[in-house]
Amino acid sequence: MAASEGKQREGEATITPYRDGPYLVRGPFSLRDPDGDPIPVTRRTVALCRCGKSRTRPFCDGTHKLIEFRAPGVLETWPPERPQS
Amino acid sequence: MSAVEPARRPGPPPAAGPQGGVRLTRLPEPVGPLTAALFAALRAGPGEGLDDAPAPSGEDPLADLDLQLALYVSYELHYAGFEGVDERWEWSPPLLAFRAELEAPFEAEVAAATPANRPQELQSVGDSLQRIVAADDGPPLSRYLEAGGSREQMLEHVVHRSAYQLKEADPHSWAIPRLSPGPKAALLEVQFDEYGGGRAERMHSVLFAGTMRALGLDDSYGAHLELLPAPTLATVNLLSGFGLHRRRRGALVGHLAAFEMTSSIPNRRYGNALRRLGCGKEATDFYDEHVEADAVHEMIAAWDLAGGLAREEPELAGEILFGARALLALEARWGQHLLDSWEQGRTSLRRPLDAGLSREWA
Repeated sequence: MAASEGKQREGEATITPYRDGPYLVRGPFSLRDPDGDPIPVTRRTVALCRCGKSRTRPFCDGTHKLIEFRAPGVLETWPPERPQS
Repeated sequence: MSAVEPARRPGPPPAAGPQGGVRLTRLPEPVGPLTAALFAALRAGPGEGLDDAPAPSGEDPLADLDLQLALYVSYELHYAGFEGVDERWEWSPPLLAFRAELEAPFEAEVAAATPANRPQELQSVGDSLQRIVAADDGPPLSRYLEAGGSREQMLEHVVHRSAYQLKEADPHSWAIPRLSPGPKAALLEVQFDEYGGGRAERMHSVLFAGTMRALGLDDSYGAHLELLPAPTLATVNLLSGFGLHRRRRGALVGHLAAFEMTSSIPNRRYGNALRRLGCGKEATDFYDEHVEADAVHEMIAAWDLAGGLAREEPELAGEILFGARALLALEARWGQHLLDSWEQGRTSLRRPLDAGLSREWA
């Protein structure tokens, strides 16, 4: 809670859910499979699949647009305080 | 270009193509009165010989090859220049006056071909960009090529795209000095990736040159300029015009956002088309890279760059959406030109590709 409310700590990665789209991760971070082996990352900022339908999981490949994935870019609350867009 | 190309040596491939790094194009053959007057003047001293240049014909500027090629060459003076053309032409007042005569009808026709924004769309630019792109019903070019496009059609597609992809990202960089820190940082986050993240061999224009070589095509800058029809040149002139006029910075940002938002899925299909035709990784690398790269870029471009610019300069919201819609409108015309040409059994280029250029696949 403190980390997301306060100023970003030095050397900390940021994960941002984008409206109707993926999570963008800005470093420093490493991506590893459940065995602890690294999943190669070739760019500084990566998009991780949020809709579940990418063909290059865990990365986003834009498929969320084809399936009209909808999700807010902010914290979802339950029960909803106002109608979800 | 070929005159300065280093001899190929055995061993690892050259670190960076387009090979040699120098990109100097020969002026193409004129195709009408505008290009005849312009090219004759460019071959003479700077500032001379454009006083009696003819005016545009009044034909549809988007279909007028003479106008589009003259405009393309005028803009190209700001990029790589031309062999035998004095570099001072770039800022020569007669050249800029001549160019303005070409830009006026082009801009007017682009505006006429672009659907109008609705007032409520200006409230949330990020949302509106998503809706505009989702509602786009442009011709299914990438689906066509993925499902059954021929080798010749795929080669033609690459040649058309080379007009932009060999300088990919460059025109959008003209926005950098015109943005405040928030949107500027977003643009640079995209551009850093476009330019290979500090590695020349991963620069997207260099990856595209690799695709061209793998397909047996000449990858030198401007090599295919004489093959490109008006609808192709118009797509690049649109972007160069947005980039070279500060007053169009909103449209330039909207163009980039829509470009990135319509890239991942078509590029996966183009990569699939090449794989179906038996091509290897050398040919598909550019397309495969763009699937993941543009999935990142589209979010940053739509929400942080375009949305950020609209928050800081709300009066630009309409221009941002206009830039996105103008891109889609001109891309649709271009795509339709390709599909119509192929449907009628003819080349979509000004003349068929020399078969000798494209004998080898990677």
